[in-house]
Amino acid sequence: MKRKKVTRYVIIGNSAAAVGCVEGIRLADSKGSITLIASEPHHTYSRPLISYLLYGKTDEQRMKYRPDDFYMKNGVTALLGKTAVGIDPKSKKVLLDDGQTVEYDKLLVATGSSPFVPSIEGLDQVEQKTSFMTLDDARWLEHMVDADTRVLILGAGLIGLKCAEGLSATTAQITVVDLADRVLPSILDQAGGAMMKEHLERNQIPCILSDSVVKFEQNRAVLKSGRAIPFDVLVTAVGVRPNIQLVQQAGGEVRRGIVTDRVCRTSLPDVYAAGDCAESLDVTTGQEKVLALLPNAYMQGECAGIHMAGGEKPYDKAIPMNAIGFFGLHLLTAGSYDGDELVEQGEGFYKKLIVKDGMLNGFILIGNVKRAGIYTALIRNRTPLSEVDFALLKDHPQLMAYSKAKRKELLGGVRA
Amino acid sequence: MKKVYVNEQWCLGCHLCEYYCAFANSGQEDMVAALKDQPIFPRIQIEEGDGVNFAVNCRHCDDPLCVKSCITGALQIHDGVITVDPDQCVGCYTCILTCPYGAVMPAADGRVVQKCELCLQNTCGEPACVKGCPNRAIVYEER
Repeated sequence: MKRKKVTRYVIIGNSAAAVGCVEGIRLADSKGSITLIASEPHHTYSRPLISYLLYGKTDEQRMKYRPDDFYMKNGVTALLGKTAVGIDPKSKKVLLDDGQTVEYDKLLVATGSSPFVPSIEGLDQVEQKTSFMTLDDARWLEHMVDADTRVLILGAGLIGLKCAEGLSATTAQITVVDLADRVLPSILDQAGGAMMKEHLERNQIPCILSDSVVKFEQNRAVLKSGRAIPFDVLVTAVGVRPNIQLVQQAGGEVRRGIVTDRVCRTSLPDVYAAGDCAESLDVTTGQEKVLALLPNAYMQGECAGIHMAGGEKPYDKAIPMNAIGFFGLHLLTAGSYDGDELVEQGEGFYKKLIVKDGMLNGFILIGNVKRAGIYTALIRNRTPLSEVDFALLKDHPQLMAYSKAKRKELLGGVRA
Repeated sequence: MKKVYVNEQWCLGCHLCEYYCAFANSGQEDMVAALKDQPIFPRIQIEEGDGVNFAVNCRHCDDPLCVKSCITGALQIHDGVITVDPDQCVGCYTCILTCPYGAVMPAADGRVVQKCELCLQNTCGEPACVKGCPNRAIVYEER
């Protein structure tokens, strides 16, 4: 009898989307060969944990996103420290920086994103500078920063502020500058931003907003407002750009991110994309966009893996969502903020629910984040609020708001 | 797989399950010392309504959003049971953001999360909420 040909899976990347893909493939195919290619020489690690590493809340062993035997147990040949420099979709080969080629039957591109470095006069003259995306960036900062180091961080977004918190365990001389008029502008409104800024400043992280660096004079940043900030180490965290080049150069469709369908296929045959390099459909806006979030990366990767291995599990419930905390104050957000607002604010908490088209479209919760996932589920599942007791939900997230029948399905193990 | 289920028509809303849960996971041998005059942090929670009460704990989903969303790998599935490794958890609360049942919660100090692990890891050995439910509203069974 003729033996069935073993599928050769190739994955470019080694973070959440890549791991999701490996686990997805193995749900459906235990025999195929998996080759994983990554520029960074490290075992798969959780990228968001680099700030926790600086803060001392984790270490390099515990940062590993999967156990040490992950590649072995899943039959993965990991080519770490090698960079994929090209994809030839005709001969179905990936070209590596050392001249080697790797053939694939199914390919996942999970190349993530790269820090965007702004063009500011004198920036190239700044000697001690880094972005904050990788374990090596965190190691460099660990090495460079001590109690006497003055750190300037450009960007009051998720990356810049987590970096600030991480470094605050070492130095009290940190300044954050952002052009936006509030901290975490991509996920917070004015009121929430004001609350977080106050909290950060109480914890010795001053944030200078609505201002930007016009030029660097070596170890001095001159701001638009005229203010000058002396520093020893500069961190740039003003944004990221999806790494779309490999797919673009191979002739695949790209926009800001790599264009994918509901099962994470690109426009190139047998080439999939997942994670921060790829776009997905945000069901709260109907827009295709890059949802650069770890859960999204994992679930896209898993969906791609299952599909690459011949299974079927569409990824069609993507929404923006973020869980982040600073100095013990937690902030959970989900969905988008277009719609009617219900706001509640008090000592140490802020809550905003956004309702649109008879559905919960988004929320911001600061301080009191208990059971927030009940809200998130309403957004993901596009549950009509007419089917739940919204008066109860407005008060706090609870399953009591569902009908008795729905509750039986949710809690009783009865399939609908 | 056997899971904990609540028959809401029998639930009295007495909150005893919360106390049994908190005790079973306290690591202490004396119930009074573990619970009396202390804030308790149970992994099962009672919802009380107009003539309706029920307890909610982890459903040990087949396709768990908490595990898939976990940024550290602390949330894992072992033989269908979803567990959290407190050593790996950094308390980012992404699981609290994603669990559709609101069944993952901060542990006592807020630095890590906790959830029902069916008492398989503690000294109780079987779900304490089930054992202690006075009206047999909470059951541990295959469905």
